[in-house]
Amino acid sequence: MEPLTNRKKVLVQKPLNLAERMYLPALAKGLGITMSHFFKKEATIRYPEQQREFSTNWRGMHSLKRDEDGRERCTACGLCALSCPAEAITMIAAERKPEEKDLYREEKYAAVYEINMLRCIFCGLCEEACPKEAIYLDGPIVPSDYLRKDFIYGKDKLVEAPLEKK
Amino acid sequence: MGTSVFYIVAALSIFFSLMVIFAKNPVHSVLYLIVTFFTFTVHYILLNAQFLAVVNFIVYMGAIMVLFLFVLMLLNLNKDNEPLKSPLVKLVGIVAGCCLMVTLVGSLKATSISEPLILRDPGLGLIKSLGKELFGPFMLPFELSSILLLSAMVGAVLLTKKEKA
Amino acid sequence: MEIAFVIEKLILVTIIFGISLVIAMYSTYAERKVAAFLQDRLGPDRAGPFGMFQPLADGLKMFMKEEIVPTESNKWLFMVGPGLAMLTACIGTAVIPWGSAIQIGDHLVQLQVTDINVGILYIFGVVSLGVYGVMIGGWASNNKYSLLSAIRAASQNISYEIAMGLSIIALLLVTGTMSLKEVVEQQHGWHWNVLYQPIGFILFMVCAFAETNRAPFDLPECETELIGGYHTEYSSMKLGFYLFAEYINMFVSSAVMAALYFGGYNYPGMDWVLAHTGTTIGPLIGTLVFFGKIFAFIFFFMWVRWTIPRFRYDQLMHLGWKILIPIAIVNVVVTGLVIAVIEKF
Repeated sequence: MEPLTNRKKVLVQKPLNLAERMYLPALAKGLGITMSHFFKKEATIRYPEQQREFSTNWRGMHSLKRDEDGRERCTACGLCALSCPAEAITMIAAERKPEEKDLYREEKYAAVYEINMLRCIFCGLCEEACPKEAIYLDGPIVPSDYLRKDFIYGKDKLVEAPLEKK
Repeated sequence: MGTSVFYIVAALSIFFSLMVIFAKNPVHSVLYLIVTFFTFTVHYILLNAQFLAVVNFIVYMGAIMVLFLFVLMLLNLNKDNEPLKSPLVKLVGIVAGCCLMVTLVGSLKATSISEPLILRDPGLGLIKSLGKELFGPFMLPFELSSILLLSAMVGAVLLTKKEKA
Repeated sequence: MEIAFVIEKLILVTIIFGISLVIAMYSTYAERKVAAFLQDRLGPDRAGPFGMFQPLADGLKMFMKEEIVPTESNKWLFMVGPGLAMLTACIGTAVIPWGSAIQIGDHLVQLQVTDINVGILYIFGVVSLGVYGVMIGGWASNNKYSLLSAIRAASQNISYEIAMGLSIIALLLVTGTMSLKEVVEQQHGWHWNVLYQPIGFILFMVCAFAETNRAPFDLPECETELIGGYHTEYSSMKLGFYLFAEYINMFVSSAVMAALYFGGYNYPGMDWVLAHTGTTIGPLIGTLVFFGKIFAFIFFFMWVRWTIPRFRYDQLMHLGWKILIPIAIVNVVVTGLVIAVIEKF
């Protein structure tokens, strides 16, 4: 058959010459290669102490953001739950009372906001769907745990820490 | 001290050689045979024949018995596939056993307790004296047997060589 | 006098036994570290500084694990196997001269348990016994993979024993004695036997790799074909004994190689050191040098393991019977001829 490309290489198996059949030169070469690796710098990162920098488009644990006055941005519109392909997000909305004005930005807020981290696939669609820029996947790796119930993260773990009072 | 060690080891060798015969499982009986050879090694050491002891150790315990064990492990012998012996074979076995016993009893009766043998040269069993004997008066038979063994080994290697098609 | 002698030897035996156990223990750690360094990794570094307590943790794990004895196995032989492997690995240390005599007070202590005049043959015999632990364990497991592995181990050991014996014969022609003590004494300074028997040394080393079942000849425990090899059915400390025996074997064969071919406790310039340090410290330095050589060999064993892939079984037999044995025989003949010529003229 005519070759389609000119990259074809005919493999010729030559019989080994004496030096090759003696194994020993090849063995010495192999030992030399491994020994050169002995003195190379190791590629290991000691994980809990040292951490590799995340890339700029890394998607980790979710965080619910606050605005510049320290009020929660989320208005419990449910678009994130709707866009979620893994159906990991659930929420219960509530109406803001007048005295809670400095806690929540909009008149409706999420009283309960839960993400099941075992279902979440970290696709980032909630982040894109959010009209209020309230949810971002900018956190670290979700830590491991022993019980399934401990992977359902509520607002206590998701909402950003309140702003420092000046 | 030497005599008491001898009696203990001798009793052990008799015990283990009996176990070789009485063990039901062939692998067990080979293992008992190995222990028996080990007691023989101890006997050689008691006789100050270190070279013989070590050679017995290497050749019999280390090589030949490994091969025995090797074959027996592959055979997978057990009670189920033991063929039933015909009455004739049993009769022949009884006759042969009795003959052996008569011979043994007869030869034992003929022996008498001899005077303890004192070696003129206590270093008789050491390598040096053994080597002088082997390479002196017994040079020819020694060399011939070594060539015989060498040719057997070369033959074994040749047997595995594929014939050129 | 008699009792003092027995006590002296007992202390020596205990020390050597302890040292070989500790070295075997830390060989497991060193193996993992060397493997890691050769692969640009770090190796165990969590237990203690640099992971120094890793062997202790491993040992504790082995002891704590559940002991499983297969129902259809031969219970008694199943138990004997690991013990036998351990025993045959340990008794090899008895004839190795660890150093020249040390003067303590006005008493001369020999750093060798016993100097029998067939020392080399004794080592050889112990090595040939080593296969029984593997064979008995493999057979008693009543597992076809264990049995296959046991048979592999047996045929491999028998095949390589021949080449090993022949390479030792060439060495005996040079030294003229079978006592390990005298062999080491002859190599005073830098007159190491490896300079007179380079081919014999390479043969011996290849055979030592095969006899200790180390890579590239670790066919009895090759995972891709035989699950875990002869110790597939073993668990807990019995498994630990098998693994431990392998490392003790490695230590003993390193010691034998260092003593037979690399001068044991001799090193260039030892006379000057001996003259300046006295009869107590001087021999101890020699012992340290000997251990340095042993560690170098152990490192080499590991280095080879993490470099060369495992042989195929027919390649192993081909190498043993058709290459090593003929070379060993030629080596014996040539050595004999050279010695005859030298003695004649």
